[in-house]
Amino acid sequence: MNRLVVVGNGMAGVACVEQILRHAPKFDITVFGDETHVNYNRILLSSVLAGEKAADDIVLNSLDWYAKNDIRLRLGVRVGDVDPVAKTVTGDDGSVTPFDQLLLATGSNPLIPPIEGTKKQGVYVFRNLDDTRALLDRAGQGIKAVVIGGGLLGLEAARGLKVQGCEVTVVHLMDTLMERQLDPTGGGYLKSKMECLGVRVLLQSSTTAILGNDKVEGVAFADGSAIDANLVVIAAGIRPNAELGKKAGLEVNRGIVVNDFMETSHPDIFAVGECVEHNGVCYGLVAPLLEQGKILAATITGNKGPRYAGTVTAAKLKIAGVDVFSAGDFSEKAPATDVVRYEDAALGTYKKLTLRDGKLVGAILVGDTSDSHRYMDWLRTGEDITPRRKQLLFPGPSVDKGFDVAEMPDTKVVCGCIGVSKGAIIEAIHTRGVNTLAQLKECTRASTGCGSCTEHCQQLLKAVVPEFREESEKVLCKCLPYGEEKLRDIVRGQRIFGVQEVLDIYGNGLGCEICKPALSYLMDVVWCGDHDEDRSARFINDRVHANIQKDGTFSVVPRMRGGVTSAKELHRIADVAEKYNVPMVKVTGSQRIDLLGVKKSDLPKVWADLGMPSGQAYTKGVRMVKTCVGTDFCRFGVQDSTKTGIELERRLEHLFTPAKVKMGAVGCPRNCAEATVKDIGLIGQEGTWQVVVGGAAGKKVRKADLLITVESTEEALQAATLFFQYYRENANFLERTYDFIERVGIEKVRRETVYAPLAAQQGLRERLRKSKRLARDAWLEGAEPRHPTQFVQIEPIEEVCR
Amino acid sequence: MKQMQIKKWFSITQADNIPLREGRSVQVAGHTIAIFNLGDRFLAIENNCPHRGGPLSDGIVSGRTVVCPLHAWKIDLESGQATNRTEENLCVKTFATAVREGVVMLELSITGDQPVAVRPPCVVRTSEPFSAMSAGD
Repeated sequence: MNRLVVVGNGMAGVACVEQILRHAPKFDITVFGDETHVNYNRILLSSVLAGEKAADDIVLNSLDWYAKNDIRLRLGVRVGDVDPVAKTVTGDDGSVTPFDQLLLATGSNPLIPPIEGTKKQGVYVFRNLDDTRALLDRAGQGIKAVVIGGGLLGLEAARGLKVQGCEVTVVHLMDTLMERQLDPTGGGYLKSKMECLGVRVLLQSSTTAILGNDKVEGVAFADGSAIDANLVVIAAGIRPNAELGKKAGLEVNRGIVVNDFMETSHPDIFAVGECVEHNGVCYGLVAPLLEQGKILAATITGNKGPRYAGTVTAAKLKIAGVDVFSAGDFSEKAPATDVVRYEDAALGTYKKLTLRDGKLVGAILVGDTSDSHRYMDWLRTGEDITPRRKQLLFPGPSVDKGFDVAEMPDTKVVCGCIGVSKGAIIEAIHTRGVNTLAQLKECTRASTGCGSCTEHCQQLLKAVVPEFREESEKVLCKCLPYGEEKLRDIVRGQRIFGVQEVLDIYGNGLGCEICKPALSYLMDVVWCGDHDEDRSARFINDRVHANIQKDGTFSVVPRMRGGVTSAKELHRIADVAEKYNVPMVKVTGSQRIDLLGVKKSDLPKVWADLGMPSGQAYTKGVRMVKTCVGTDFCRFGVQDSTKTGIELERRLEHLFTPAKVKMGAVGCPRNCAEATVKDIGLIGQEGTWQVVVGGAAGKKVRKADLLITVESTEEALQAATLFFQYYRENANFLERTYDFIERVGIEKVRRETVYAPLAAQQGLRERLRKSKRLARDAWLEGAEPRHPTQFVQIEPIEEVCR
Repeated sequence: MKQMQIKKWFSITQADNIPLREGRSVQVAGHTIAIFNLGDRFLAIENNCPHRGGPLSDGIVSGRTVVCPLHAWKIDLESGQATNRTEENLCVKTFATAVREGVVMLELSITGDQPVAVRPPCVVRTSEPFSAMSAGD
């Protein structure tokens, strides 16, 4: 068996090996990698830095894969020499390995510009997993980070560092960010997007020195100015690593020169990836490496024929909320170039296409990259788009989303990173038993690159696999293209504390009556109340803590825990009703008293006179615990439901929930307080409590499911609060417990609450404790309003007398 | 004596009294008017939803639109039109606004010979400086 030695365990080398394994002749393969990790998706390193993915999430080939394919993996060994005559490679561990064929996939090295002091402690590059880990270790609150280089990688590093809490400045030599991919207008939009994210951008700044003794203290510029820094990332570009090519005596310019068959000047040495130069071009993106790998696999296995003709490259910025796509030649200077342009400064959307001879030659998209696939396709095929001239920037709406997929020809590339066609995906579904997106990824690698084709893959699965269930969730509203689970991840991962910030970065900047209250709740629950409260995003009820009525007046329901009151309280309620001419006083279905028809400006006085806390009857929050008379008076009561209900109400009151939460506690199975149709119910039995959840007696009637049966009252309260917090964290806004439980399933709810590992239970309890610590009676704002005109009617300065 | 309608600008309130992306209502010259702070400008409309008269000043602002708190009708703050309806005439009056020296002004029609009383600027109870509460509130 021929011995194939691969130097480089990165994406290019391993992807090429994957292709080689598909061909008939078998090799005895050894792979050398100077990093100590298995092959991972390098383009997702920025997602690791931004906390969106863990290091394990970006692994492409596990150790199992190497073992299963009989590949000898030599991790942490750097190959320092090649002998092209004796046909051996020498590792830095002294090992000498003979080969019959050698594949060089040594990638590239970061370009370090001639700046003084780059060896100082605190100066990093951002190239591999170790760099990423080192950055994660160093980054944090209070760290001033400077990123030198405003290209793709530099901007992604900047965003990641910002998420980690650093104060970040991007320093760029040119006058346009990503100037190799964007024109000045596009760069301008990108700059303001980055600034929206809180990243400072300095253009036309030439860094001359990194200041400090041993450690970084600042960065100095050519104009004599300087800024403070404790951390510097150099992201000034990459240079092909052609060192071994030179040592092997191969023809090398910038990179190792290869022909259309990916052959070097030595018949048994091949090269692939960022270290090669083809037709004078060195590539630094993923798609070309994979294309090259396929060609090389054919050549090396004796199936020489397919030629590499170069790749139309496309760059996509992977910063959530900052959509940038660029492909081809966007310059307007070449003769006979037509330019099609669209921009909306308020939305931050910019699109530009360049056309020559009726063909698309370049595209820039900032702010909205949803059409990038279409443009990429036109660039690849060189199709004459003259007939579509009027719809270039705005495709006519398709009948439904599945329609696009059905119209796609089988040859159309769905996943541009890995190069997987529609036909290949359908074949995998039919012949390899693929049913889910995860299986599709595993089997074809589609959508494992930048991930932007995930939606198309899902559509294909949906169209072809009969039992396919979409993994994505429902989008909240048209303002934001995300479901709530994803939004919680974004808010948590990107450390966003305000509703408007989410809308500005991830949405249309406007928001509506659907998403604003939902996001307000989401902020509250993700940060356990420690968020930037934005009352403008709240419904009026939550701005003035009362329930708006049809005539614009409000209703006031004070908290009456467990439905237990006193003569004194009743006196005060009666006095308030008289003093403020309350048109209706009503006993509610929740064992409380409602004062209807109160004017907004009277609310603070009414609350003060009542001297009772808010009953939260106006909000998505903890309503009440309805109780029966328990053991004190009732002949049948076997558990003290009154005291227990009051205690439960005390533990949860003033907290907010996805939808209202009504609870009940009963002292015996006669169920007088109807606990079996409450969101959370405690049902006392001889010696035990049943904790039931998901009951309803509203628009829908549903008997609650049993969560658990416990012996002590404290255990019952604990189980109820565990469920309460789990519901708070996982339900969608406005989703009542009964819909939540039917969606998730009671089994899963049990598994993740009362039967969850202790650490998970403690996590739920700790977050509930934190929320409770910050929660307060909303009616205290009567005395200390959040805004001077919160309850006050505006009086005009100049009055017009009649 | 025949009276004529004239248009005149009136000082209404300190701009700080209307928080960012919120509305407040004011009664002036026989109108109940909702004034909204859109960040870069203030817009004013009649404070009665064309549907059931809901207080539009209490609605959630969505870009240039306010959503009525009662039944979620959407009213364009510039045109006064209900944007969720196709019928014409479903609209509220709009009023021209301006900000002069930090005071929101409204242009209102009044009858010719009516006297105008001027009061000192509205003073409201405050527990924090205004500047601290403009954005987040």
